Amino acid sequence: MIKKIHLEPPLKRSELEALTIGDNVLISGVIYTARDTAHKRMVELLDKGEPLPFDISGQVIYYVGPTPTRPGRPIGSAGPTTSYRMDAYAPRLIEVGMRGMIGKGPRSPEVIAAMKKWGCVYFGATGGAGALLSLTITEAEIIAFEDLGPEAVRRLEVKDFPVIVINDVRGNDLYKDNVEKYKRK
Amino acid sequence: MRSIPFATIKEKVKEVCIETNYILGEDVIKSLQRALDQEESPLGREILNQLIENARIAREERIPLCQDTGLAVFFVELGDEVSIEGGRLSEAINEGVREGYGGGFLRKSACHPFSRKNTGDNTPAIIHYELVAGDRLKINFCAKGGGSENMSRVTMLKPSDGLAGVEDFVVNRVWEAQANPCPPIIVGVGIGGTMERAAFLAKKSLLRKIGEESNDGELAEMEKRLLKKINELGIGPAGLGGRSTALAVHVVMEPCHIASLPVAVNINCHSSRHGEILL
Repeated sequence: MIKKIHLEPPLKRSELEALTIGDNVLISGVIYTARDTAHKRMVELLDKGEPLPFDISGQVIYYVGPTPTRPGRPIGSAGPTTSYRMDAYAPRLIEVGMRGMIGKGPRSPEVIAAMKKWGCVYFGATGGAGALLSLTITEAEIIAFEDLGPEAVRRLEVKDFPVIVINDVRGNDLYKDNVEKYKRK
Repeated sequence: MRSIPFATIKEKVKEVCIETNYILGEDVIKSLQRALDQEESPLGREILNQLIENARIAREERIPLCQDTGLAVFFVELGDEVSIEGGRLSEAINEGVREGYGGGFLRKSACHPFSRKNTGDNTPAIIHYELVAGDRLKINFCAKGGGSENMSRVTMLKPSDGLAGVEDFVVNRVWEAQANPCPPIIVGVGIGGTMERAAFLAKKSLLRKIGEESNDGELAEMEKRLLKKINELGIGPAGLGGRSTALAVHVVMEPCHIASLPVAVNINCHSSRHGEILL
């Protein structure tokens, strides 16, 4: 039986330091969604010295653009989108307090360096498992950039949202280590 | 001439957009199951189990398989004895997409390249037409996600690069893509033609069911060789390490210019969503 670690944002320094690549984590409580254009807009707000749509200290951002919500349900299909497109913006958000990111696929050396410097963890959720993951989301509310439709920023309530630690605060990389293990030389 | 009503085409397109995004094809589910049986990595097996479970939840709970319900791509084979009654074929397809993505609670992913403003109804659809003999209309639909499409590439190799150069290009593309296109993937390879023809062939090859090999013996051998090489890369399910990096490799080839060797790699994620309409 794989050990599951339970976390609830805002994430504390001690909780972040205790995480290691490969750890199975179940996130509960509040997380925020943002993807391509929402990231661009948030960094533009910071550049203008204006506040972000939510207090980002210790928070986790999930890279997702869900399908429209069917009546009677909290959200539509909601799996992770590819993370590297947010690499240009992530270090800036880490600097102002973001402590966790959920997505899929490898991050740039710049993002990993910022994670190490400020203490932030990158979690992987299973790409293409949007139906399964949506069942762990109990509430969703658009809080900013409604004009972006699927790309709007949402506040999600989650219960045991399953992720794996891909990059920890020490700069380790699960993708690199595991692929190396299974590569036939 | 045989006449097919505009409304019939529109309805069928609407239906195929919806059903394809909720129900994963039997061939894909079978190949995920086969990958699970062969996977050495415990984490890889866990991911494959999640994907099989995801397909069950999507079908039974009516939740789209993936939040990226794709741009709507169509391959149309129009018989030369068919006429469309009551409107134009392109409009029937686009109207079907509008209604399918709207009524089916599917995500609209089409936007302006620079302003990123969403078109609001997932149109325009990408439609490829081919005129064929006969009185039938065949429409193949593909819900093509952005993650895997972003990892696709076209290159113009030198004729001297030959078969080895083509195979290296394909394997390197998958290596560079790593976890991004949602492995285990389906790799479509188009060789020959011109630049855009190679890309077209690569995408069209993805329509083939998993488990069906090329009917050209040499290409079938190439598909097996490439699949073996790709699965030796170790990328594995979700890129977390393992044996199942690709479920299939599909190769299509046509003659090219004496100066060129065009190659295109079009990657599809494991949520390979295809549907066919035959009228």
